Amino acid sequence: MNLRTPHPRGRYRKRVNVIALGLASIATALGLVALVLILVTTLLNGAAALRPSLFTELTPPPGAEGGLANALFGSLVLIFVAVLIGTPIGVLAGTYLAEYNTHPRLVGTVRFINDILLSAPSIVIGLFVYQVIVRPSGHFSGWAGAIALALILLPVVIHTTDETMQLIPLSLREAALALGAPKWRMITQVIYRAARAGILTGVLLGTARISGETAPLLFTALNNQYWSTDLSGPIANLPVVIFQFALSPYDSWHGLAWAGALLLSLLVLLVSIVARSLLREKAE
Amino acid sequence: MNLARPRRRSGTLGDALFWGAAFGAALLVLILLGAIAMSTLIGGYPTFARFGFGFLSKLVWDPVRREFGALVPIYGTLVTALIGLLLAVPVAFGIAVFLTEVAPRRLAVPTSAAIELLAGIPSIIYGMWGLFVFAPFMANTLDPWLSNTLGVVPGLAPLFSGPPLGLGMLTAGIILSIMIVPFIAAVMRDVFRLVPPPLRESAFALGATRWEVVWHVALPYTRTAVWGAIFLGLGRALGETMAVTFVLGNSHDFNISLLAPSTSIAATIANEFTEADSPDYLSALIALGFILFVITFLVLLLAKLMLLRLAKQGAR
Repeated sequence: MNLRTPHPRGRYRKRVNVIALGLASIATALGLVALVLILVTTLLNGAAALRPSLFTELTPPPGAEGGLANALFGSLVLIFVAVLIGTPIGVLAGTYLAEYNTHPRLVGTVRFINDILLSAPSIVIGLFVYQVIVRPSGHFSGWAGAIALALILLPVVIHTTDETMQLIPLSLREAALALGAPKWRMITQVIYRAARAGILTGVLLGTARISGETAPLLFTALNNQYWSTDLSGPIANLPVVIFQFALSPYDSWHGLAWAGALLLSLLVLLVSIVARSLLREKAE
Repeated sequence: MNLARPRRRSGTLGDALFWGAAFGAALLVLILLGAIAMSTLIGGYPTFARFGFGFLSKLVWDPVRREFGALVPIYGTLVTALIGLLLAVPVAFGIAVFLTEVAPRRLAVPTSAAIELLAGIPSIIYGMWGLFVFAPFMANTLDPWLSNTLGVVPGLAPLFSGPPLGLGMLTAGIILSIMIVPFIAAVMRDVFRLVPPPLRESAFALGATRWEVVWHVALPYTRTAVWGAIFLGLGRALGETMAVTFVLGNSHDFNISLLAPSTSIAATIANEFTEADSPDYLSALIALGFILFVITFLVLLLAKLMLLRLAKQGAR
């Protein structure tokens, strides 16, 4: 690049600039169009199949009419249990990374591996849980599904807890320790309080992520055509029902799949928007 | 907390317990990674023992005769991920440039949020959209058009031959590209923001245009990390299951045409796991899972190392 002025290629360079930045804007528009297209299709098809019986009737046998009540309930239970298992472990591990420097190389390694697990294919997590829980126990179960989801939630919670706690000023820690508080009280009563919004954001982002996870549930929770509250057996859940129904040849099942897709998208979007607004509040 | 009489003992005991719990939780991350690798290796071991490296190079996939070769799923995984990457990288780069160079803050913040929402949509929604909306479009419009244009170019013809079914590696690749664009764009955006302002400002002071600052200053400074972002996207694309399963057509017959049905590692496992009626079949699927884990782990490892290099560079 020759920048000496006046440059005979000045007009050419300006033109290249306009074209390149124009293409960048078009690329962004393309991304937004994709978002709108996918959401609008889901909304239109889902809304067409939306009716009160979705929430009261069970998933129907092939070709018949029915609802999604058992799948919705099962999904909520699985997500709830997964969050209950994943959050405390994730927060503790994040705490270790941010607060303890007893083994600096271990901290670096765990951070690195955790970031890789963050993007690891969820289908392999499902196979892992199948191997260590479903196979030895001899049957598919809700517990296995919840644990698979918890393992997918875990890296998200660890990552955000670690990042949030690192941002908390050192003076807060020193103040607590100067008052004579032992370290664990300093962490639980001062640091956690200051990091609350950040940790909650992490849990919500993780929840949004696991709500739509389908592949790991195929090998763990499987599905259940009937109403079941028993986590020790196969349990119905929204993603697997959508998967099954969408790939079936029946129109009534397609309708239910679209309705399920709409409910799932709304849930995921709602949770991630709440998480993001929390994050923004904290930043301001 | 009683400050008059410090309870040292309860403090040290509490500290020890809390440290132990935190330490154990952190160790769990490492154990988890090892356990995933071990359990899938053990589950797939009978297959590896029976076929050796032949498992990786055989085309046949015959559950009835219990002959399993992973070449078609591996090929499908790589080709779809590559198509996804080829389409996604320019668009993601454009979005990152738009967000960091073109858009005023008022526009950049909501656009960023929208792109991140795109990343949050569950993959099964992409799959359904792909199956019911995009695949028919491919079958009726894009596939025939490609057959008639690129399909008659010598050398490219085999890639775009065959009946326009709408299901196949090209469709899956395009859906994958829509899925990974937001991931790559978000990382590239963050990476471009790490360019030290004095560096950019001095280029502007020399009379460089915005594009020249991106191309000749920001990009060279962040080159490794940009590759890291691309590899992160590749890692996602390789392991993606649902979006691909819906539109690949699940066929184990090898076909060079991008328009023909194929399968990927993840799609094969998702489609056939519940039908696997013999231990050999199940073991072959888990062996596929192990291969997928190893491939994605290596790709993500490279991605993280490349991203870390820029972070260290910035800290110096």
